[in-house]
Amino acid sequence: MLNYAIKRILLAVLILFVVMLAMYAMVFLVPGDPATVALGPRATPELKRQLIERMGLDQPILQQIYNFFRNAVTGDLGYDVWSKRPVLEVILEVLPNTLLLGVVALAWALILGVALGCAAVVYRGTTMDRILGILSVSMISVPSFVVAIYALLIFAVWLQWLPAIGAGQAGDFWNQFRAVLMPAFAVGISWVGYLARMVRASMLEVMGANHIRTARAFGLPERRVVFKYALRIAIIPTISIIAVGLGSILSSAVFVESVFTRPGIGTLITAAVQKRNYPVVMGTVLVMTAFYLMVVTMADLLIARLDPRVRDVLKG
Amino acid sequence: MSEALLRVENLSIGYDAGIGQIQALRAANLEAHGGEVIGIVGESGCGKSTLAAALINLLAPNAHVNSGAIYYKGADILTMDKESQRHLRGPEIAMVFQDPMTTFNPVITMGDQLVDFQHHIEGVSNTEKRRRAGELLARVGIPDPELCLRRYPHELSGGMRQRASIAAALLMTPNVLVADEPTTALDVTMEAQIIHLLRELRTDYQGAIIVVTHHLGVVAELCDRVYVMYAGQVVEQGLVDDIYHAPKHPYTRALIACDPAHFEEHTPILPTITGRVPSLLHPPVGCSFADRCDLAISRCREMAPPWVRISETQFALCHEARP
Repeated sequence: MLNYAIKRILLAVLILFVVMLAMYAMVFLVPGDPATVALGPRATPELKRQLIERMGLDQPILQQIYNFFRNAVTGDLGYDVWSKRPVLEVILEVLPNTLLLGVVALAWALILGVALGCAAVVYRGTTMDRILGILSVSMISVPSFVVAIYALLIFAVWLQWLPAIGAGQAGDFWNQFRAVLMPAFAVGISWVGYLARMVRASMLEVMGANHIRTARAFGLPERRVVFKYALRIAIIPTISIIAVGLGSILSSAVFVESVFTRPGIGTLITAAVQKRNYPVVMGTVLVMTAFYLMVVTMADLLIARLDPRVRDVLKG
Repeated sequence: MSEALLRVENLSIGYDAGIGQIQALRAANLEAHGGEVIGIVGESGCGKSTLAAALINLLAPNAHVNSGAIYYKGADILTMDKESQRHLRGPEIAMVFQDPMTTFNPVITMGDQLVDFQHHIEGVSNTEKRRRAGELLARVGIPDPELCLRRYPHELSGGMRQRASIAAALLMTPNVLVADEPTTALDVTMEAQIIHLLRELRTDYQGAIIVVTHHLGVVAELCDRVYVMYAGQVVEQGLVDDIYHAPKHPYTRALIACDPAHFEEHTPILPTITGRVPSLLHPPVGCSFADRCDLAISRCREMAPPWVRISETQFALCHEARP
């Protein structure tokens, strides 16, 4: 188990490295240089040269990559010339907003999704099951930014119940909570449907397994059969789906944060790309990739913890 | 004979299949007494597993009991409420399942499962239940019971798991032990060992054992009496010796004739029963076996065959059967 954990963590680091290299390649393929964008078309070549020097863009590309990684290891993600602050500080300022959005979205999706999935299992084959099925697929099909725009229109413009933009006053819990409701709704809704389908399928599969029949054949109470014997197995695919899903939740956060003009990783990265603000783009991608890899690695370790068969395969 | 421990009366069970009901079991009768071993034998789809599932009240959700009853100690277990049915399963009627690979829960240790299965027993600590489980594992021939209890099912071999599943069934000291194809999923060596184990258990077991199998050899080795099933019906019943040496139903005869164990000479082609099992969506009016039977006359196709008494213990469902 420990060996496996070490292997998984090393693999995560390697992936992170490859992702950053790919990011570097992509950044240099995007046309337009940051100095022209920042200083406008009438800037003198002298001013441009100075800015490029300050951003370290005049050095050879390999040198830049080397510098980036060397600094990243020490926690230094570079300097943002626009806001004149360290990149890490800029990211950490908005990161909590995005994490709050992701966690709230995932939490409500998880609670409602698992509940609807279990309901579909209990009412399997009935009209209720079919209605839940149609509902789930509809939820999956609608893109999050469409939901965001309609939610904005209904709750903020017509009904005026919730604030339309921003992330709320820092420190004011109630204010922040009201601000996160709509974005979290928009981000999480497709996950409600997805998880409901997922839980239904894996529960039905497990409930039909022979070992569940064995548990029943020994007269175990149905509640213990479902929660001890079935759910422990049925939850395993759901865990890995949620972990992978966090990636897509973060990417839909990019859209949704733009719609709600909510300060966060999404708005930060969109603005940075538009301004060709490479240090911020690279730093944000690094932080998000690291975060995502951390979650996926934790999910893998959790699955190995829950399923002895996986543990044994890993032992080799 | 004394009052039967378990009596199946006129039991008919169908499966809803959308296009109609598949008559998996038609008017089956069966009796099991304490201390005897009953065999239920027949080919795939003859209804023997449906009968076994009905005995332990674990029919599939789309199964429908059309008529009949199963009396255990005089009470009909099919009409009891769910909770009473649940309390019968385990301490009164226990089951050994076919596939030892999937019988146990893969994410819970053998020890935890065997302790859980004893939930009916009150006032006994888990440590004590674990000790009992270890004792029974030793009795069914598992070399290191303590280690086995700490293991997960996939860490045991198929034979070990089947032994463990017999131990699990015996843990409850049930009055009726139903073994549904207990050796089918095992290789021949394991099969021989499990049969040996079941024979040993017979000597000090007071309850009834019901062995469901398609393997005539298993029946011959283990059972006192046998019920032969075909297309959802019991077509012949009797003492094992009588059935093997003087089968009265043409199907039983054909089945025994096809058993490879009978051939002393090497044959390139094994005999088979020609024709097909009739559709159980619309079972024939007359004898189900008529289309494949050499002796069939027009009456066989037009009239349901009678239950002919051959002797005190042997019966056959056939127009042409004579004592």
